[in-house]
Amino acid sequence: MAGGFVYNAVDQTELSTAEIYGKALADIIMRDQKVVAITADLAKSTKLGDVLKVCPERVINVGIAEQDMFGVAAGMARAGMIPFLSGFSAFTSMRACDQLHTDICYQNVNAKIIATHAGTSFGQAGSTHHAITDLAITRAMPNLTVIVPADGFETANAVNAAYDNFGPYYIRINRGFDRVLYENMDYGFEVGKAVEVHPGTDITVIACGSCVFQAREAAKFLRNVDGIKVRVLNMHTIKPIDRDAVFKAAEETGHIITVEDHSVIGGLGSAVAEAVAEAGKLCTLKRLGHQDKFAPIGLHEDIMSEVGIDANGIIAAVREALGIDFEEDDNWDDEV
Amino acid sequence: MHDLTKSEWLALEKKAYELRKLTLQTTVWAGSGHLGGGMSILDLLTVLYHKYLNIRVEEPQWEDRDRFILSKGHAAIAYAPVLCDKGFNPVEMLKTFNLSGSKMGMHLDSNKVVGVDASTGSLGHGVSIAAGTALAAKLMGKDYLTYVATGDGELGEGSNWEGFMTLNHYQLSNCIVFIDRNHCMIDGPTEDVMKLEPLADKMTAFGFNTVTVDGNNIGELCGAIDAAVERSKEPCAPTCIIMDTKKGAGVKTIEGDYLWHYGAIDDALFEKFNKELSEDYKARCERAEKEGK
Repeated sequence: MAGGFVYNAVDQTELSTAEIYGKALADIIMRDQKVVAITADLAKSTKLGDVLKVCPERVINVGIAEQDMFGVAAGMARAGMIPFLSGFSAFTSMRACDQLHTDICYQNVNAKIIATHAGTSFGQAGSTHHAITDLAITRAMPNLTVIVPADGFETANAVNAAYDNFGPYYIRINRGFDRVLYENMDYGFEVGKAVEVHPGTDITVIACGSCVFQAREAAKFLRNVDGIKVRVLNMHTIKPIDRDAVFKAAEETGHIITVEDHSVIGGLGSAVAEAVAEAGKLCTLKRLGHQDKFAPIGLHEDIMSEVGIDANGIIAAVREALGIDFEEDDNWDDEV
Repeated sequence: MHDLTKSEWLALEKKAYELRKLTLQTTVWAGSGHLGGGMSILDLLTVLYHKYLNIRVEEPQWEDRDRFILSKGHAAIAYAPVLCDKGFNPVEMLKTFNLSGSKMGMHLDSNKVVGVDASTGSLGHGVSIAAGTALAAKLMGKDYLTYVATGDGELGEGSNWEGFMTLNHYQLSNCIVFIDRNHCMIDGPTEDVMKLEPLADKMTAFGFNTVTVDGNNIGELCGAIDAAVERSKEPCAPTCIIMDTKKGAGVKTIEGDYLWHYGAIDDALFEKFNKELSEDYKARCERAEKEGK
């Protein structure tokens, strides 16, 4: 586990994921004078409150100007500082795409991007504020490490790891509260290494972000109800992808399902598909996520259900992948 | 007003002439190049690297060095000769400009070419990067200066104006902005393709202390930079120096011709252009003799 900020299980239930990021960054900024927070009029929304309390002079607001935010960050990094940029995923990946590509990644500067409101977690705001293409965009950028934490504990680990390691990082976190996956920070987080959160040998579900909790719930259900042993991997690092974990899953379980709150084109599903195809392992593969469609408006959990990336959707996909037919029982209501 | 002595001015003219010749030669080695915009900004590059920038050739990453960011990255055909002549990279490297496998392409990579502070080429990036290095100086209590040069056509990129707002908001007088107003862009004169005027009023409205000088007159240029450096000592409105220049400055045949944004020169043109450079140099020396102190 990386050093630095640690928080406990009580915090996890009381703080949103972005607030945990804010606390982690406040801890880092107090320890290192080279660290600076930059935002584009989203200090409040990206929960920089704690950073503002402890070190207001090192919180730079550039106004509503994402391209400027990235350029300023690159200049600061070039001058020896460690900027943490905070903004909505949709805008950090798309509005400032050229700056991310050229100023940050091409120059390979030590800047950390914390992209909040990931996937459809700002569901009611509609597709202008959904980020279902950011992993496709960022994954293709050389030098950039891409992480999608599954809960607050993992967010703290990811932020600490980004600080501890040189180079550009893109960390994508949800708006609001995440379902709690881990009991504490000490579960063996390592950049580029998947974490098994449920053991299994029949099929592997590889998930990231908010879908990991859903996948584990699905695995528990399938074990108890169907007797299916589902391995669930938390693939928190999208790049570099943990190819060994994917190869092992293909070889040992023969079936893989990927789940992400992102388009099935270019994100986790694509990364896993590439690894499987190159491994030459015989394996079935199903990608759950946004199926080349803009998402509907609604609460995050409702959108996840509609798109089929919640526990119910994962259960159905596992049953289908394993070819298990569940006979229709016309008399089901007399069993209640 | 400049306070250049005749001998200092003449020395700078000599250096600018040598660098123009080296830029022509590099264009031949490279096969082609952005000659027009390279020549228009060459006087600025000359005075920055031979009078103003506090840099160490033997310690290129010295953290207290002044920064220079060439936002109009395509002027690398002139910038690379300046950096090589200065000693950051071997002059021999210019022979590889644009060639397969070279460290040096038509837009310089700051991780490959020594002395380059930012990898530019995609237009509209340099001002924000400069705002970042200038802000970092303030936050870290350092007194280095940041100089940034944009093109004029480049100002069509909205991101420049985001950067200008940041420079003004944080009163980053430790950053000096140059606009190479050569009046040309790829498809034609700037005022035909996309109107920029009244440019000085725009910059003033964005909070800059704006001055316009003949950017191909070393004396005028130095006078404006001296004043901007003086202002940089206190946080206040940053200075924007609009350099009225000629695309292709120094080579009469191509001066002011937007079609020479990018081009190739054969042996006959090389000889002709060198001759024109030599005539231009003579006229410049006469001006230095007359206007120098």
